[in-house]
Amino acid sequence: MYLTADEEAMAAGSDGPAVKWAMDYQLAVGGFFGARRLVPVRSAHAHCDGEALGEPGVRFLEQLADQGARARIPLTLDPRSTDFSCALDIGQTQSIVDTERRILAAMARMGALTTNTCINYQTVDVPHGGEHLAWGDTGTVIYANAVAGARSNFEGGPAALAAALTGRVPAYGFHLDEHRRGTVLVELADQPRDSADWGAVGCLVGRRFPGYWEVPVIDGAERSPSPDEVKQLGAALASYGSHAMFHLVGVTPEARTRADAFGDNEPRERLVIDRAALDGAYRGFVPEREGPDVVVFGTPQLSVFELAELAALFEGRQVAGPVYATTSAAVLRSAEEYGYAETLRAAGVRLLSGVCYYLMTARELGRRNGFRTLVTNSAKLANIIEGYGYNPVFRPTEVCVDAAVTGRIAG
Amino acid sequence: MTELIGAVGFGDVVEAPALVSNDAFSARYDLDHDTGVISRESHDLCGQSIAGRILVVPTAKGGTATGWRLLDLQSRGLAPAGLVLRTTNPVLVQGAVFAGIPIMHELEPDPVTSIETGQLLRLIPGEGRVETLGGG
Repeated sequence: MYLTADEEAMAAGSDGPAVKWAMDYQLAVGGFFGARRLVPVRSAHAHCDGEALGEPGVRFLEQLADQGARARIPLTLDPRSTDFSCALDIGQTQSIVDTERRILAAMARMGALTTNTCINYQTVDVPHGGEHLAWGDTGTVIYANAVAGARSNFEGGPAALAAALTGRVPAYGFHLDEHRRGTVLVELADQPRDSADWGAVGCLVGRRFPGYWEVPVIDGAERSPSPDEVKQLGAALASYGSHAMFHLVGVTPEARTRADAFGDNEPRERLVIDRAALDGAYRGFVPEREGPDVVVFGTPQLSVFELAELAALFEGRQVAGPVYATTSAAVLRSAEEYGYAETLRAAGVRLLSGVCYYLMTARELGRRNGFRTLVTNSAKLANIIEGYGYNPVFRPTEVCVDAAVTGRIAG
Repeated sequence: MTELIGAVGFGDVVEAPALVSNDAFSARYDLDHDTGVISRESHDLCGQSIAGRILVVPTAKGGTATGWRLLDLQSRGLAPAGLVLRTTNPVLVQGAVFAGIPIMHELEPDPVTSIETGQLLRLIPGEGRVETLGGG
């Protein structure tokens, strides 16, 4: 791999042991993927929840901070496992709370902004076309690549942190033009109606064409989807398909036309999605019980517009069981200012900030509270949560709200 | 003995029995973190432990948590001895490098169809070579 003089010096230890670790780590990962150089990145976004790190991960962060490690570019953080204001109330342990406080302290010492959000792209760090990023959380990466035209691979926690310390990443994958062109064609024969439907599209496409290097080109949308609809599509593609890039013809910046999206590639395969296929995506999630044990909105965290929509649907109603809605601290403050939070709390919806349900020690939470059937309008959450011992039920938003209020899952 | 040849991988030479799956893998989505046993009911390895095995899978699934989790599994003796994929995504490589677990991909013939669970494998990442040593 070609290294500049500065990069050679970092690898030799000129900037201290933390930067040397970061550079060695990046050269090993970059070498695996045949990277030929490093590329400067504008910001890094690191996933570092307490459940994922465990004690060895926390000690690693503390050791780096003790060595004087310091982010040289903006470093933002993905959601935590706990909302400190209510973790113990909802059945989480003191131990995970303590772990998370140590992580945040170590990250803050290294200069991170403790944003704890997976919608940085809608809030604190909006990406733009052509810039290189080192983002983790697959939903943030696919949004940056596809919707903004920025360039990032999936950077797991250690990789995003390494990038923050060196200000660079190995140039492979979605940093390079050749991987960004479409590989498979998806045609919408019927129109998705809401953000859950766009998540269902992501579910169907991701299942049919799994693999990081697949780039689906979705054609046939008759209207430009909202940012929250595109967010659900991207999060679901990344979750079901491990995709980091897609094109929506006429909408996303590298796909003004179908030909533009594919470049020199020929579509290898084709998938047509109609109403029956979308309905089938929901029906594939079969409730074991008549009603939900818990209803969850979020994954990715809700935007202020999504909280407004939920507030309108819950207004004047009362939940029949536990209902959680997850967002970021900044969005929650906005929702409080605009009155949405008050409406939702009056209906019995618990608003959680800085977290995402599947990061929230979900297995233990489920055992302690007897949660098995989980109803959600997030295709991504429905995918992930099964591995934690849940019976996930993915449904459109209004069906989820009705289930939350009536205690029965319709349809 | 048969050989699989392909891209240079990461890590030291390792020998261990294979655990082969037709399903993609994520250390967060599919695994009971406390036990190292696959816990996703729809996964074809549900109920099996990955500890000390060479996991052979088609690809890695979404989720960046794998970047951290392999080290934690390793510290508790629950990590796989090695990883062989048809094609990997970056996160599994980032996690394997962080934990020091050998990882390889892009091999011929296809590891998922040519290796059987229980076969003893030797991974030689630096040469891009996997040897099957019998069993299975």
